Amino acid sequence: MYDFTGMIQGINNWLHSVMPDMAATVVGWVLIGAIYLAIFAVLGLVLVLAERKIAAFFQLRLGPNRIGPWGIFQTVADAIKLLLKEPVGTKRADSFLYNLAPYFVIIGALMSISVLPFAKGLQAFDIDIGLFFMLAMSSIGVMGILLGGWASNNKYALLGAMRSGAQMISYELSVGLSLLTVILMAGSLQMSEIVEAQRDYWFIFKGHIPAVIAFMIFTIAGTAETNRTPFDLTEAESELGAGFHTEYSGLKFAFFFLSEFVNMFIISAIAATVFLGGWMPLHFGGLEGFNHVMDYIPPVIWFLGKVAFMIFLLMWFRWTFPRLRIDQLMKLEWKYLLPLNLMNILLMAFVVLMGWYLGS
Amino acid sequence: MRQEELTIHPQGKTEEYFINMGPQHPATHGVLRLLLTLDGEIIKKVDPDLGYIHRSIEKMTESDTYRQIVHLTDRMDYLSAHINNEAVCLTVEKGLEIEVSDRVKVVRTIMAELTRLSSHMLWWGVTGMDTGALTTFMYAFRDREMINDIFEETCGARLTMNYFVPGGMMWDIHPNFQKRVKKFIAHFKTKLPEYDLLLSDNVIFRKRTEGIGYLTKEDAISFGVTGPGARASGFSCDIRKKQPYSAYDRVEFKEVLGTKGDTFERYKMRILEMWESLHIIEQLIDNIPEGAIQEKTNAVIKLPKGEFYQRVETARGELGVNIISDGKKSPYRMHFRSPGFSNLSVINHIARGWKVGDLVAIMATFDFVIPDIDR
Repeated sequence: MYDFTGMIQGINNWLHSVMPDMAATVVGWVLIGAIYLAIFAVLGLVLVLAERKIAAFFQLRLGPNRIGPWGIFQTVADAIKLLLKEPVGTKRADSFLYNLAPYFVIIGALMSISVLPFAKGLQAFDIDIGLFFMLAMSSIGVMGILLGGWASNNKYALLGAMRSGAQMISYELSVGLSLLTVILMAGSLQMSEIVEAQRDYWFIFKGHIPAVIAFMIFTIAGTAETNRTPFDLTEAESELGAGFHTEYSGLKFAFFFLSEFVNMFIISAIAATVFLGGWMPLHFGGLEGFNHVMDYIPPVIWFLGKVAFMIFLLMWFRWTFPRLRIDQLMKLEWKYLLPLNLMNILLMAFVVLMGWYLGS
Repeated sequence: MRQEELTIHPQGKTEEYFINMGPQHPATHGVLRLLLTLDGEIIKKVDPDLGYIHRSIEKMTESDTYRQIVHLTDRMDYLSAHINNEAVCLTVEKGLEIEVSDRVKVVRTIMAELTRLSSHMLWWGVTGMDTGALTTFMYAFRDREMINDIFEETCGARLTMNYFVPGGMMWDIHPNFQKRVKKFIAHFKTKLPEYDLLLSDNVIFRKRTEGIGYLTKEDAISFGVTGPGARASGFSCDIRKKQPYSAYDRVEFKEVLGTKGDTFERYKMRILEMWESLHIIEQLIDNIPEGAIQEKTNAVIKLPKGEFYQRVETARGELGVNIISDGKKSPYRMHFRSPGFSNLSVINHIARGWKVGDLVAIMATFDFVIPDIDR
């Protein structure tokens, strides 16, 4: 019902008609880049405010409420403050790597948004390895954290970076495998096709037991990937001060800070796309009338609603759970999640082979 | 089994390194500096370095009158200000051989138990924070606020009360006191189970604390550990039971004793102590006897020649006050046996072999207040 393919195609054709092909392509890239930068900035501001408001909701507080109605301009003010702040660094840091690290983190986060389908046709790149690309890009971030922790020449930062390296590389396995479980039903890594395959039932319903198990594993591993409580050992405020970004301040700190929130958005968006149908409205095969009514709600609303649900879940974890210890973290991944995941993928393969899933 | 015994070094020994935890560190709750020797994440040695908030309180007492000394003790263990005040007052009263009225005794006991509750609440909040659960802090402060309001109404202060004076208390309790305390008890009885739901029963918190940081009864005794930390190891050391002072001999309460001596047991002791404190206040709040609020003392108190010692049970353990008087208006020498100092001495013994995260949890369950250690 809401198909943006024509609109995007129209803009593209118009660009090509008013200027030479080469220029049109470049203008197209710049436009896409600008739009994604805007999304990135808005995401950061909204998510930081949401986190603070939700934290306040869990902690019997009001949260930011001074700047603008309900404090909605609080994060804008914070961003301006961080921009204007003098960058205070350490002399003994390896300055090249130290300055490079925040960009790794932020670029990794930015690149992985580019393959997300916000609605049918509303997607920057619809490459056939979309999901794979997204996972690969989001794991570049760990490089930045390792670099930052190492180059800071600070033992706390080093400890944080060491933990981060161990943690993110281990949990990458669970993220990948749990997604693979569900991909068995879609038979493609292309984002648009994954969403299209959920036209009758979202994968979490379609794949019933194995899909629900995969969803739970993905949520746990995804929380670990974003370095949030209960897996925030990288920062571990009460143990390491500020962990890997102890020596960063001003804008560079803001990059680390923002990328945490954008990574949270990415993990939630992957969960929404792969398990909860992406922009696909709530459909049940056979209920034509119900499906038709659901189609009236715009797909962007569906997508953002699902992402918001996942983000709320992650924030709920953060403000409820204590932190794990490093060895317990490793034990959870290698002794519990990974074997469970491998069993689950076998189960799912069997389910797909026998055609025991819902729908066709 | 301790981690150090499990560590295997296939390529020879890994290098140990040294890290400064503090004086500015979120987990030391003040300006305590711990010199840690680490092997990766495993702790090889903890060496506390004190003195960052030393204000020479013991020396200052030598030039202050006995009434003034009470003020200083608020600043030692600021979370049990009432109990510290009471300790000095009891010691001076012992020297003067005054018996305070029953009213004073009962009010002192209620105040001390409210202080213990508020201290334990704050401890619960920061223990959650130390293990990474930030919400506990706000929950604890919601309930602690009620106690602070009660204190404010009667004493005029919220942290450094200095409400007790040698011979009694500064003024009578506020007319609302009983009503508000009863309201608080009713409120807190519904909220204390929430503490268990939020933190104690959380599987991650249990994993972080159970079987971690053992302290045996023998070690507790030989290091002079007191308070809930020692009682978790089964060392019965509650001064309220052993040498009852104020009105503790007329109330019925249990000395909470543990057996395991691990971090979670120490945590449990304090939660159970909060129930006992509520029980004590409940027994006394309706039976505050009439009587004088102050015994007659001279404007400038002079203790007779001699040495006087009194112990009380603060929220952290045993506080001893020793006054050596030469008959003048200020003591010749005054010494505080603060619970935090002895409790800190055992940290190196317990934390060796555990991880950095465990050290934070262990420190949290000993509930250090740094001004109490340094004085």
